[in-house]
Amino acid sequence: MSFLQIQGLARRYGPAAVFEGVNFSMERGEFVCIIGHSGCGKTTILNILAGLDVASEGVVVMDNREVAGPSLDRGVVFQGHALMPWLSAMSNISFAVKSRWPDWNRIQVQTHCQKFLDLVGLTGAEHKKPAQLSGGMKQRVGIARAFAIQPKMLLLDEPFGALDALTRGTIQDELLRICAATHQTVFMITHDVDEAILLADRILLMSNGPNACIAEAVENTLPKPRDRHSIHHDPQYYRIRNHLVDFLVNRSRLYQSGEAARPAHPPLVRPGAEDAPPPAPVRKIVNLRH
Amino acid sequence: MTLQSLKAALLSLAFLGLFLCIWHAATLPKAESQAPSDEYAKLLGKGAKKSDGFPSLGQMGEVALGHLRDPAYDRGPNDKGIAIQLGHSLARVGAGYLLAILFAVPLGFLIGMSPLLYQALNPFIQVLKPISPLAWMPLALYTIKDSSISGIFVIFICSVWPMLINTAFGVASVRRDWLAVAKTLEVKPLRKAFAVILPAAAPTILTGMRISIGIAWLVIVAAEMLVGGTGIGYFVWNEWNNLNLTNVIFAILVIGVMGMLLDLAIGRLQKAVTYVE
Repeated sequence: MSFLQIQGLARRYGPAAVFEGVNFSMERGEFVCIIGHSGCGKTTILNILAGLDVASEGVVVMDNREVAGPSLDRGVVFQGHALMPWLSAMSNISFAVKSRWPDWNRIQVQTHCQKFLDLVGLTGAEHKKPAQLSGGMKQRVGIARAFAIQPKMLLLDEPFGALDALTRGTIQDELLRICAATHQTVFMITHDVDEAILLADRILLMSNGPNACIAEAVENTLPKPRDRHSIHHDPQYYRIRNHLVDFLVNRSRLYQSGEAARPAHPPLVRPGAEDAPPPAPVRKIVNLRH
Repeated sequence: MTLQSLKAALLSLAFLGLFLCIWHAATLPKAESQAPSDEYAKLLGKGAKKSDGFPSLGQMGEVALGHLRDPAYDRGPNDKGIAIQLGHSLARVGAGYLLAILFAVPLGFLIGMSPLLYQALNPFIQVLKPISPLAWMPLALYTIKDSSISGIFVIFICSVWPMLINTAFGVASVRRDWLAVAKTLEVKPLRKAFAVILPAAAPTILTGMRISIGIAWLVIVAAEMLVGGTGIGYFVWNEWNNLNLTNVIFAILVIGVMGMLLDLAIGRLQKAVTYVE
């Protein structure tokens, strides 16, 4: 049985469904990215996983237990870092650590926090308030806070969306390094196709909302460890990339109208690999919208 | 000190000098019309040293020095030093204000957390808020039957609204993100209230407290004029009855300085809890 199982998940507001019939599973230690246009309900799925939102239908089972409400087993990195501005970087992390281990003494909390601050490269910035940190550093504190409680699963809601390309690259590398070292299970939302290929083992493609579904699961066939500087020299990189971009540009809106069949379980696609199944049939040639 | 603040200080001094000059010029002794005889002057009351009327700068300074040299004397109910009167006023404001904090902050917390309670209590707040605190005075005197406690009640009722409204607003507008963080970390309600909501809403709450202390200090003077007995407001009224304008002016100055100090104190506190997002 998979570590995380999502069965028949739907979220409705009145009669309108943001998404429905969402089925997928994740293995322990797997890094899964979900990609889709705005409004397809990615963040809602993440919030349901986090326990911050409730599904209208369906169940989420993690580690053989149903997810009902928030839990320290699932760490969340929020889109807008969500650091408390009146606390220093260290105190923001220790707030989480104290929630996880209320019985720890001050020294234990301090050492543990320092370890995770060092891990994200923030040594020396312990006592700075979020306002004194750059956007990238703030997001690093957010990541350290989520890692510090050592959750069974990490949920990242487009964590690098607001960062410039250079900073994003460095933090992606760090995330990759930490995840490899800790075998962390990660579910991440992104808009960035390249980011997904660099980080994810599997990429879930979501069709457009309302009535969105998970249309495909793309396996990242690039070998690990993946390196940001050399990854684009691999011809396989472009096969995957083209497949993803083609989905987002051409195919993501066909599922609403029924031009493409909604799969009950997203088919696993391996673009460029010999045994890859043909992509879902497209009945009409569409013009590029983007 | 920057050049601008130096210039500003000089300009302030210049304005003060100008004001004092005008005061001095306006209170220069007028050339008295020569009375036909000393006896006639005495009959008109012109020979005696004038103690009433608008004081000159010299008289003013003399009286101020006298008050400052001996601020805490007590020679019976109608003659107490300025510090004692000020102390009575501050004690009343302090008591009423503290009661208001104890009432408004927890209630504001509840109202801010519960949209239902907010909607249910809002009409009452909206009606009670614009009532002049002094309008409560007869009711307070009738029910409490003690003028000093009535004064405290009036301070309470006037400080409570800004604190209540600001606390409720501050608590209601705590960023959802921070609450979501607390939720995912399974933070217990009491810890959430004190470690997340209170610090997040503190700047707004302190703004309410700063408005309140200003209003309370405005109101205490009027309340004490009404109930009498002790306090800086009573002192002003008493000196007016004595036709001693010099004392009245000195008391006005003291009221202003004290009000400024109270505002500065809360302002300092406000700065301490304010955070930059």
